[in-house]
Amino acid sequence: MDLDALILSRLQFAFTIAFHIIFPSFTIGLASFLAVLEGLWLATKNEAFKSLYLFWVKIFAISFGMGVVSGVVLSYQLGTNWSVFSAVASPVIGPLLAFEVLAAFFLEASFLGVMLFGWKKVGPGLHFTSTALVAVGTLISAFWIISANSWMQHPTGFTTLPDGTLRAVDWAQVIFSPTFPERFAHMVLAAYLTTALVVGAASAWRILRRGPDQEPRLGLRMAIGMFAIVAPLQLVVGDLSGKEVLYVQPAKLAAIEAFWETRTEQPFHIAAWPDRAAERNRVEISIPKLGSLITAGSISAEVKGLKDFAPQDRPPVFIVFWAFRVMVGLGLLMIGLGAWGGWLLWRTQGPEYNQPFLWAAVAMGPAGFVAVISGWIVAEVGRQPYVIYGVLRTADAVSPVGAGQVSASLLAFMIVYAVIFSVGVLYILRLIAQGPETPSAESDEPPGNPLAAGAKEVAP
Amino acid sequence: MSLDLPLVWAGIIATAVLLYVLLDGFDLGIGILFPFAGSSAEQDVMMDSIAPVWDGNETWLVLGGGGLFAAFPFAYAALMPALYLPIILMLLALILRGVAFEFRHHGRARGKAFWTAAFAGGSVAATLAQGLVLGGFIQGVTLQGKAFAGGPFDWLTPYSLLVAVGLLAGYALLGACWLIWRTEGELQVRARRWGWIAAGATAALLAVVSLATLFVHPRIAVRWGFEDGAFDFAKLVPLLPIPLLGLVGLGVVALGLRRAHHATSLVGAYLVFLSGYIGLAVGFFPNIVPYGMDFRQAANADNALGLMLAGVAVLLPAILGYTVWVYWLFRGKVGGDAGYH
Repeated sequence: MDLDALILSRLQFAFTIAFHIIFPSFTIGLASFLAVLEGLWLATKNEAFKSLYLFWVKIFAISFGMGVVSGVVLSYQLGTNWSVFSAVASPVIGPLLAFEVLAAFFLEASFLGVMLFGWKKVGPGLHFTSTALVAVGTLISAFWIISANSWMQHPTGFTTLPDGTLRAVDWAQVIFSPTFPERFAHMVLAAYLTTALVVGAASAWRILRRGPDQEPRLGLRMAIGMFAIVAPLQLVVGDLSGKEVLYVQPAKLAAIEAFWETRTEQPFHIAAWPDRAAERNRVEISIPKLGSLITAGSISAEVKGLKDFAPQDRPPVFIVFWAFRVMVGLGLLMIGLGAWGGWLLWRTQGPEYNQPFLWAAVAMGPAGFVAVISGWIVAEVGRQPYVIYGVLRTADAVSPVGAGQVSASLLAFMIVYAVIFSVGVLYILRLIAQGPETPSAESDEPPGNPLAAGAKEVAP
Repeated sequence: MSLDLPLVWAGIIATAVLLYVLLDGFDLGIGILFPFAGSSAEQDVMMDSIAPVWDGNETWLVLGGGGLFAAFPFAYAALMPALYLPIILMLLALILRGVAFEFRHHGRARGKAFWTAAFAGGSVAATLAQGLVLGGFIQGVTLQGKAFAGGPFDWLTPYSLLVAVGLLAGYALLGACWLIWRTEGELQVRARRWGWIAAGATAALLAVVSLATLFVHPRIAVRWGFEDGAFDFAKLVPLLPIPLLGLVGLGVVALGLRRAHHATSLVGAYLVFLSGYIGLAVGFFPNIVPYGMDFRQAANADNALGLMLAGVAVLLPAILGYTVWVYWLFRGKVGGDAGYH
């Protein structure tokens, strides 16, 4: 295996998983949102909830489909490109990924069919149950994949055999590794925020275009509720998660903060241009002493710098440093949007009538996706040069395949994903531009769905 | 009590792969038959007939891949790099046809035409890729220790191409049989014609592939009684029910096609697939990476297999239960007025 195949395999994995993560981080939140909408509709009989459900379920179907097909890729790519990782790590994380398939994927796929096509086949209660099961499925899926990832970030409960493969000795420690609870909470909250931002942006856009009808008003207010509660909560959870990095992955923390020297009273760099070769920041804008305070809770705390680690054990600094700042910056903007919206709800006739706020909500629509991908870069690139932290180096995990094959596949993935991504986004934006149908405009046709009208009740 | 965990898991993975072939086979078959539909409206009906279930069907492929990773990591780590290009081709093709289910309904004129072509082309390409994977698998994989040590195009031979074309015919047959069951009117008439053509092609190719397998792969031939020009009838006798099952299946297919009788032809086609599947398994069992790694050498640690078996014992019955329920829910003929979105 040559270096080129390694770099290409890393690029391919990064590309395919970054593409994939966009969809689950949206559909995890959207599935829960749909379950809430349908539940509210059943509870209140307010048709606006139903019309919102029927609108968002179409967008859900597109996003979910893209998530499914890009996810299938990942279950094979571990073997095509990371066969050594597979052989070494499967004894420990194999069951976690198998449980994801068995407990989540089948549940989601089967009840998605009922959710989309079952309106006239099942009663409202069973339909709502199907929606809820899909939502539960997305959360189970997140549970297992974050469990596997957390273990790779901070492996516990295992032992290494003489042949180099790993063995689990304590499943509880493998599944619930110490950093898992915070990571899981962080991911689910990120998914909820991402969805709320899209719902908020679509609702705001609709209000800007066609005035404050009931559906977009409801959507906007529900989104503001999520910003106001979840965004600050996410800051707390993210901080907890970051505090653990200090202890379990000090090199990652040093990269996040671009600390080179080990010292007390670390400064906080608002912006910096870290230079790995020179082992310093070429340019930095800093606040003295704040770095130690933020990362370790005390100005006098000693925090490790990158120079404490051998050069071959240091993660890339520049990308980790900046990805972290993009994530946190967007998170702060989300908190601001929530506070602004909350204030408008509390003190004015409503956020629907505040143009600058509506435009801000539209502008923040994609912020969740950017923040999720940035956060993922911090977590994964920050773990380098290891794929299993401290256990298996990425360079040792790659498959015995040639650079030619991997460049061909990488190119093909880029072309196909570019096509389906741009088309998928186009169709979603078109739907958003149309907006939900108001109940009065709705015909007697079965709600947005297909087989309902067509299938006849004939025994097979 | 000690359970033979690797053997149990070999059974589970084999079942998952078989279920994938039987279930997604007709999904892919419908894509293969897509260009031959009489109209865009007919294509809508064809797609609508599988729209509620295709996602669940494809999940068996995820279980096949994920399950192999989890239960037989050494086989997974050797087979995936060995079959790198056809696997990637399969994944890309499945992506294109998978998104087409939604995209086709949101596209306007040109978009719809593009995603119609993507659904058909993706289905054909995915099927051929699966055939190449299967052919490459039967041919055997060059190993050094437990790692793949061959070249990037080892899988590409006349034999694997033959298998790929055979699978194309077989999936087209499954698709046609599904349509006979689930549609009516002109489309069903058309599906019957497709069924006859596909059944003939499947029967012929199955026979050719079977003979080619015996000629090209002496190790498999030995299992069936052919060794160094000699023929041992005693070895063949216990295996005779397998080809007989295939013949019976073809008979049932013909019966079902003649009468357009519900799911009869689909059941027949399933018997043909089952016969081919068992016939292959006889050829390479207990190898899981032909012909240098058996399933015990490839198996994961017992504590991992045991934990997963506990999960399977709870989850698999539930999966099968709600899958059957969903099929039951969407039973019946799909009409031409089944508007989507």
